[in-house]
This record gives sequence, structure tokens and C-alpha cells, in this order.
Amino acid sequence: MQRSLPSRILRWMRGMMLRYMPGMITCREFEDFILAYLEGDLTQRQRSIFELHLKVCRDCRDYLAAYRRTLELSKRVFDDETEDLPEDVPEDLVKAVLDARRA
Amino acid sequence: MKALSDQAEAQRDQDFESETDLVSALKAGDPRAAEFLVRRHAPWMLAVARRITQDKALAEDCVQDALINALRKIEGFEARSSLKSWLHRIVVNQALLRLRTRKRQNEEPIDELLPAFDENACRIEQPWQRLATPDEILERKDLRELVLSKIDQLPESYRIILLLRDIQEMTTQEVAEALELTELNVRVRLHRARSALKKLLEPVLKGEL
Repeated sequence: MQRSLPSRILRWMRGMMLRYMPGMITCREFEDFILAYLEGDLTQRQRSIFELHLKVCRDCRDYLAAYRRTLELSKRVFDDETEDLPEDVPEDLVKAVLDARRA
Repeated sequence: MKALSDQAEAQRDQDFESETDLVSALKAGDPRAAEFLVRRHAPWMLAVARRITQDKALAEDCVQDALINALRKIEGFEARSSLKSWLHRIVVNQALLRLRTRKRQNEEPIDELLPAFDENACRIEQPWQRLATPDEILERKDLRELVLSKIDQLPESYRIILLLRDIQEMTTQEVAEALELTELNVRVRLHRARSALKKLLEPVLKGEL
């Protein structure tokens, strides 16, 4: 994706701020903490740093929202599928299991 | 084979409604209990095996073997977990075993579906104007099928971890044991699988379809 010069300068400044300001992490570092954050595995300090990044970075905010929605959607799509389970079991399967039990 | 009349079937269902009674009868070798177990549990076990193997016939073989194993090992069932979660473990292991022995197809690399960063370590992400809800998406049958097909599109080693952790809700430790991987490896692959799926689902999530 080709970006304009002002946009490239802004991204560079943001990158420098995230990299060098105390208590900040870059988007790349943020990525490595997502799973632990969602599973409640971060220490309080790590969690504060993660959430500070979320406040200042719209791209990561959008990304995390879509990531969470993906997770929600994949769970839901299978729940819906489970509701449509067939009542009947193939009779040859029932017979094979019961025959093996008798053997 | 429909060995029982409707009345006998209803009586059997009533007799084994309690899991303790069912397990005792299975341990005593009651054939009615065995048939009840198969008819009650095979449907969801088939769904689990089908999700993992992506193959209906293979899934039936897995469930058949899993139930035969379960009936043989019922003496060792100690009710520390529910019968359903015990059977779940058996069918998942059976399905994974089948997958391992099936000829492995070459996996597509996942890299291009993973998040991108620029030279400043800033995320490259198109702005999201809208994020559709699962209700909005799943009320449309075509989109529901599309979501399922996108999950199937993930490379197998990632798809399996997503299924076991997020859908079957197994713990990281259980998945690591079942797949003979380290827990760290499971976590890394799970995160990549979710990220890749997010990328594949972007048009659906943005409400563009």
C-alpha cells in the first residue's frame, strides 16, 4: 500500500514514540501479548502497558476488536451447527459397535 | 437394525437417564445400556469427528472405534469427569490418530494471512468503519457456510488447534498432550490461526458481502 509523504512521516513519528517513550510498546510487541491479554495471563504492569498502547493506537484497537469478533463468530457458528445435529445414527455404526462388544 | 420396540426403547431411555445408572449398567455388561450409549452420544461425536477430519466416512470410522474403545475401557471410568467429556477425549484422540495416518497434504503457508507491520514496527491495518455482529452474519445461511468454509481453509496444523482450543474448549495443556506439542507451540499456533481467520473473514466482518 503506497502512502503519501505526510502519512509516512506521521507513521514514522508514531513508531519512534511507541518505541522509545517509557511505558510504551510497538505494535509488533503488542501483537505478542494479545493471547496472554485475552487469557488474563499478563501481570498488572504488562496489562497497563498493553492497555496504554490500545488507547493511543487506533490500528491495534481495530485489529483487536476484529480479532475478538472472529473468535466470537467461530464459536457461534459451531454452536449453531451443533443445534442441527442429526437425530439418527447410521444403523451400521450402531451394529458394528454392538457386535464388537459381543465379540 | 431396530432391535427394540418403541415402548421398550422408551423404557430403556428412562432406565439410563441417570449417568450413574448408565455407567453401572455398562460395567455390568447390559446390552441395552450399550445401545443407549451409542444412540445418545454418537450424534455429537460424529459432529466433533467430522469437524476434525473434514470427512464424513472417516468421521464415522472414528466414532465407531471410539465407542468400541469406550465400551472396552468402561471398567476404568471413574466418574472424575462426566461421561460426555470422557467420550469427548476418546473421540478427539481417535480423530487425531486418523489424521496423522492419513497422507499429509502439502499445507499452504499461513504467512500472508498474518498481521503486517511497517519498518517502524507500526501495524498496517485498513481502518474498520464497521464490524458486523455474529447475529447479523449468522442469520444468513450463505454467510454461515462461508464462515465454516474459511475455517476449513486454514492450514491443517492451525485449524486443528483452533478447533480444539476455541471450539471444543480444551485447555492448552490438553491440546499440547493430544498433539504432542509444547504448550508454547500451541499458544503460538492458536494466535496465528485466529489472526489468519480474522484476515480470511474480513469481508464478512466488515459487512461487505
